[in-house]
Amino acid sequence: MSGSMSGVKPMARNGATGGWATAFARMRLPSGRLARGSTLALGGLLLVIAVLVGSASGAYGISAGRLLAMLWDPASGAADQLVFFNIRLPRLVMGVAAGAGLGVAGALLQGLFRNPLADPGLIGVSSGAALAAGVAIVMGDAWFPQWPHTLGSWPLIGMAFGGGLLVTLMVYGLGRVQGSTRIGVMLLAGIAVNAMAGAGLGFLSFISSDEQLRNLQLWLLGSLGASRWSAVVLVASAVAVALCVAMRLARPLNAIALGEAQAHLLGIRVERTKRMAVMVTALAVGAVTATTGVIGFIGLIAPHWVRMVAGPDHRVVLPGSALLGAALVVLADAAARTVVKPAELPLGVLTAFIGVPLFLLMLRQFRSKV
Amino acid sequence: MSAPLLHPFSTPLSPPFSLSRRRCLQGLASVGIALHAPGVWAAKPARMISLSGALTEVVYLLSAQDQLVATDTTSLYPEAALRTPKVGYMRQLAAEGVLSLRPDVVIGTQEAGPAVVLDQIRQAGVRVALLPVTHDWGEVMAKVTMVGRETGREAQAAQLAQRLDGEWAGVQAQVAKAARKPRALFILSHGGAPQVAGRATAADALIRYAGGVNAIGQFQGYRALTAEAMASAAPDVIINSTQGIEALGGEAAFWTRPELALTPAFARKALVTLDASHLLGFGPRMPSAVKTVHERMQAFVA
Repeated sequence: MSGSMSGVKPMARNGATGGWATAFARMRLPSGRLARGSTLALGGLLLVIAVLVGSASGAYGISAGRLLAMLWDPASGAADQLVFFNIRLPRLVMGVAAGAGLGVAGALLQGLFRNPLADPGLIGVSSGAALAAGVAIVMGDAWFPQWPHTLGSWPLIGMAFGGGLLVTLMVYGLGRVQGSTRIGVMLLAGIAVNAMAGAGLGFLSFISSDEQLRNLQLWLLGSLGASRWSAVVLVASAVAVALCVAMRLARPLNAIALGEAQAHLLGIRVERTKRMAVMVTALAVGAVTATTGVIGFIGLIAPHWVRMVAGPDHRVVLPGSALLGAALVVLADAAARTVVKPAELPLGVLTAFIGVPLFLLMLRQFRSKV
Repeated sequence: MSAPLLHPFSTPLSPPFSLSRRRCLQGLASVGIALHAPGVWAAKPARMISLSGALTEVVYLLSAQDQLVATDTTSLYPEAALRTPKVGYMRQLAAEGVLSLRPDVVIGTQEAGPAVVLDQIRQAGVRVALLPVTHDWGEVMAKVTMVGRETGREAQAAQLAQRLDGEWAGVQAQVAKAARKPRALFILSHGGAPQVAGRATAADALIRYAGGVNAIGQFQGYRALTAEAMASAAPDVIINSTQGIEALGGEAAFWTRPELALTPAFARKALVTLDASHLLGFGPRMPSAVKTVHERMQAFVA
């Protein structure tokens, strides 16, 4: 790799002497960043590896040769085939969709707020969805006793999605001052609304029965365990729409990074960009959270990693975060399914355990670049 | 690696994108074969997973533990059950984990879940048999009958049911003779803040069967315990599990809790403890649990 010392010196000054960090830095192009094409290729490769790992791992042993054979002839009806096509594959696709949705939403919001700490939870999508899901779990039986039997988990998914959208609209509405969206006000409104939802969840857990409390806790920790094809198709479509719209926001967000006034002078429709970014985030995160529960840290971490490697250009950060987010969720879920088999760990626990330490490590080594 | 998982009653469910005519015909054919040969699967003992501590106890009492390939984390008795593979907590099952043990049948109560995972297990051709939770003696009898049916040991199950019913009748006769009905308070303290049991709980049923009155009658389910609530409930006796008392630092430490000083139970240090799965399991040890709780309660109010 053509090494440039410009990327290494500031780190040496910061005391980072790790071998792999230096090697990582040498991989960079003279500009100090990986080019757009190579970043996306790297992200794609990572996702392919994650999907291969995810499809080959699980409590139910299916050998690699058997996997190939059943893909070749998907209609023989053997037991391991049913397990693969009905249980593992929808889970994998759900993992890819969920990770991509959370990753791209995180990148959008960090760009919009021009704040690296922004996370899809900040505008209230996750907490709104969590609160509504909590209401469905705790009150559902009392209000509509026939729910669980006739409609399965669809009312819960519908409530959670609606709750996420509603709270996001509320935060967005609070942030509108005299026809323009004040990002700072939105951020504060988000914090307030999150605190309110937290209190609501606290109240729900207080009045809930043992069983409801257990279900609520599991939902708040996130899991891909309940992925059916019908739900997978729904979430994947929502995330696909979100990704397409997000890509059209890359250039406007690059301009907004210079400041809203400057972006306006460059001919960017700033208000429209903000509105679209918020809506797309609500759509992607709402759909994902409603079906899987709360999967934390992916939206916060994935965009950072891409920016550290490839720089702040949203044309790279948005798709790169989607690829990296998808790979992270698929890998975390593979671990969740196998670490304590035949039981299973909650996914939210693993995304935090895997994501945050690596994030802190990279933060240490790349602090001068963030 | 690909041992057959489907028993002949199952209809293979195909992924939605490959529902070919051949698969449908195969499914129909297997049902047809099953109908014509009902003895096929009874010949080989079914591989079974139990998702309930009480059902696991019954499996051992019927000496059918060879069929038990895994249990859930609430199956703590007898001790041998602890050494079976654990599929996790019954409310938080993983489809692949359960199927990896290649069971023919999964037994549990309707508390098991999540529902989607149970559906996936059914779709893979595994029978899922769940019992309603009623918190009464009938629940225990239903558990014995169910395990007898699922293990193919109906005769032994009927004998066991008869024996347990006899024990139960004896215990209930003994309880009916008692002159006093002590006010009992059940405290649940397995980690987290201690909670007291209101109506519509297993603990409430246990107190009534043991000839007591639940000191907490105002609400359903479990609530955090406060000093004023304790004082107004005025329990004569406090019931907790052995594990719960350990979690609170032992019996001596338990009685130093300030909210207890305001209760009649405090004067006599009236505490009844039993192993958690024994106390609230609603399994075959229920007659002995009720008898023990009854006798110890009466000893405190005599």
